Amino acid sequence: MKTAALETYVRRELIAPLPPPLATRGLLGFARQRLFGGVLNTSLTLLSFLLLIVVLPPLVRFLIIDAVWSGTSRTDCLAETLGRPVGACWPFVAAKFRQFMYGFYPEAEQWRVNLTYALGLVLLIPLLIPRVPYKTWNAIAFFGLFPLAAFVLLVGGVLGLPHVETRLWGGMLVTLVITFTGIIGSLPLGVLLALGRASRLPVVRMLCVIFIEFWRGVPLVTVLFFATYMLPLFLPGNWRMDPMLRVLIGVVLFAGAYMAEVVRGGLQAVPRGQYEGATALGLGYWKMMGYVVMPQALKYVIPGIVNSFIALFKDTTLVLIVAIFDLLGQLRAAFADPNWATPVTLFTGFAFAGIIYLVISFAMSRYALYTERRLDTGARR
Amino acid sequence: MADNAKPVADGAGRATPEMRTTANEVAVDVLALNKWFGSFHVLRDVSLKVMRGERIVICGPSGSGKSTLLRCVNRIEDWQQGRVIVDGVELTEDLKAIDEVRREVGMVFQQFNLFPHLTVLENCTLAPTRVRHMPRRAAEELARHYLARVRIPEQANKYPLQLSGGQQQRVAIARALCMQPKIMLFDEPTSALDPEMVKEVLDTMVGLAMDGMTMLVVSHEMGFARQVASRMVLMDAGQIVEINEPKTFFEHPQHERTRLFLSQILH
Repeated sequence: MKTAALETYVRRELIAPLPPPLATRGLLGFARQRLFGGVLNTSLTLLSFLLLIVVLPPLVRFLIIDAVWSGTSRTDCLAETLGRPVGACWPFVAAKFRQFMYGFYPEAEQWRVNLTYALGLVLLIPLLIPRVPYKTWNAIAFFGLFPLAAFVLLVGGVLGLPHVETRLWGGMLVTLVITFTGIIGSLPLGVLLALGRASRLPVVRMLCVIFIEFWRGVPLVTVLFFATYMLPLFLPGNWRMDPMLRVLIGVVLFAGAYMAEVVRGGLQAVPRGQYEGATALGLGYWKMMGYVVMPQALKYVIPGIVNSFIALFKDTTLVLIVAIFDLLGQLRAAFADPNWATPVTLFTGFAFAGIIYLVISFAMSRYALYTERRLDTGARR
Repeated sequence: MADNAKPVADGAGRATPEMRTTANEVAVDVLALNKWFGSFHVLRDVSLKVMRGERIVICGPSGSGKSTLLRCVNRIEDWQQGRVIVDGVELTEDLKAIDEVRREVGMVFQQFNLFPHLTVLENCTLAPTRVRHMPRRAAEELARHYLARVRIPEQANKYPLQLSGGQQQRVAIARALCMQPKIMLFDEPTSALDPEMVKEVLDTMVGLAMDGMTMLVVSHEMGFARQVASRMVLMDAGQIVEINEPKTFFEHPQHERTRLFLSQILH
C-alpha cells in the first residue's frame, strides 16, 4: 500500500489495564514457562525428576522404612536377628545421644548446658524477629551478657557451681561453643580489620594487611596444632592456658581474617557519594562508618558473611586434630564401641550428624535470605 | 532587593564586597586557592568573597573546576595552596575547625547521596541527633517541618529509592536544612533529573533564596540564575573568568569567554 502523506495520530481515549493471558498465569503458566519452556529446559526438568526417583526412595527406605527404631544393643540392628534388610540403627544414636550432645560433661551437671542453650534461645529468638521491640537491649544481652553467663554456667567454679574442666566438654556442646565464639568474635574483628585495611593511615593499613594475609595464608589445622602443641613451648615455664581457650582464640583470629576480606568487598560496593554525603553533614569517621557506610556494606555482603559462618560451623570439626572431640569427634569415638558394632552403625551415625549439620546450616542460610529481602529498601523495584 | 550597587571584578578575580546583602559580613572567603589533582592544576589562584545572604551561581564548561571549588568550601576536597575562611573559621588541618564548618554548611549533590538504608525521616534526623545531639523527638519535628517546606511531608516513612528523582533531591535539601546551616552549597542539583522534575527542585531553591539563605550554586539553569543570583561567576580552566551581577553578566558579558559560553548554552 502506498500512502502519499505520513501517518499522524491522536489518541481519543486511554486503554484500561487488562489481566495477562491465562496461559501465562498460575501453575499452568509456571509449568509452561519455567519447567517446559524449550528443549534444554524440558530435558533439565526431566533429568531432575529422574535424579529424585533414583535418590529419594533408597534414602527414605534407609532412614525410615527399613530403619530399626527400638533396641538395646547391636543384636537388635543385625539383619540376621531381624531376618530383613536393615536400614538406620536409631537405637545406637539414642544410646549415645548424651555423649553426642555433651561429650564427657558430668551427667549431674548437664542441666547447666541445657540452661545455657535455653538462655541463648530465649535471647536469640526475639533478636531474630524484626517486630519484637528493644533490639538494642536484646543485642547487648545476647552479644555482651550471654557469653559471660554461658562462661560462668559452663565452666563453673563460682556461685557454688562445681568446676567442669574443658577437656570434659565434647560433642554438640563443643561444636556450638566454637561456632558461637567464632561468629561473635570474627564479625567485629573482621569489621575492624576491613576498616583498617581501607584506612588512609599507612601504618594501620600495613598492620591489617599483614595480619589478614598471615592468617589467611596458614591452614586452620596448622593454627590449631601450633596453638595447642607449639605455643606452650615458647611460653614461660608454668604459664598455662586452657586448651579450649587456645583453640577459641585461634578460630576467632582465623575466621576474623576471612571475615575482613568479605567486609572489605562490601565497603568497596558503597559509592563514594555516601561518604561525601555523610561527611558534608558533619559526621566524623566513626559515626559515618557506623551509621552510614557499614550498615550498607554489611547488607551487600550478607551472602558472603553467612557463607563464612557456615564454613566456620563445619570447620569446627577440625579441632579433632588437637584432641578436642566435637560432634563428629564423639561420633567417631562411639563407632569404636563393640556393643554397637554393626554394618549400619557407621552410616547411621553419619546420617544423624549430617542431618544436624544440614538443618542448622540450612536454617542460617534461609534466615540470611529473609534478612536480605527485609533490608532491601527499594534498590530493586 | 536593591539593584543599585555595582559589583566590580578586579584583576585577581576578586569582587569588591559592596552589594545587596542582608548584613555586611563575609560568609565565605576564598583566597588565592590552588589545587592539583596529581599533576593537573584544577584550581588556579581562585579568590572569591561571598557576603552573608548572597546567592552566587557558578557556571562554566565541564572540567573547569567549579564543583571542586564548591567542595573546598566544606573541605570535602583539600587543597595545596591558599586559604578558605567560612563564617570566620579558617579551614586548616585542624579537625575541630573542619567539623565546625561542616555543621554550618549544608550541601546538596548532583546524585542526591541520600542514605538508601534509612527512611526519608531517618535521613533527615541522622545528623541532628548524632552530630548536634538533638533529642529524637525534636529532630523528628524539625525534619517534618523541613519536609513540609520542600513539599513532601507525606513521604517521611518511605525509603529514598521509592521516590522520584525530584523528590529525592528535595529530601536531600531538607536533610541539609535540618542541620540549620548558615550556608548552602548546591553542586549541579538538577543535572541528574528528568526534565519534568527540574522545576520542583528549582522552586524549592528559589524559596530558600527568598528567605535570605547564603547560597553557592553550581548550575547551568540560567533561568534560575537570572531569577535569584546576586552575582554570577564564570569559571574556565580552573580559574575565575568573570564575576558580575546577573543583568550585566547575561546582557553585556565583559569577557570573551563568557560571551562564548553563554552563546553555547542559551540557544
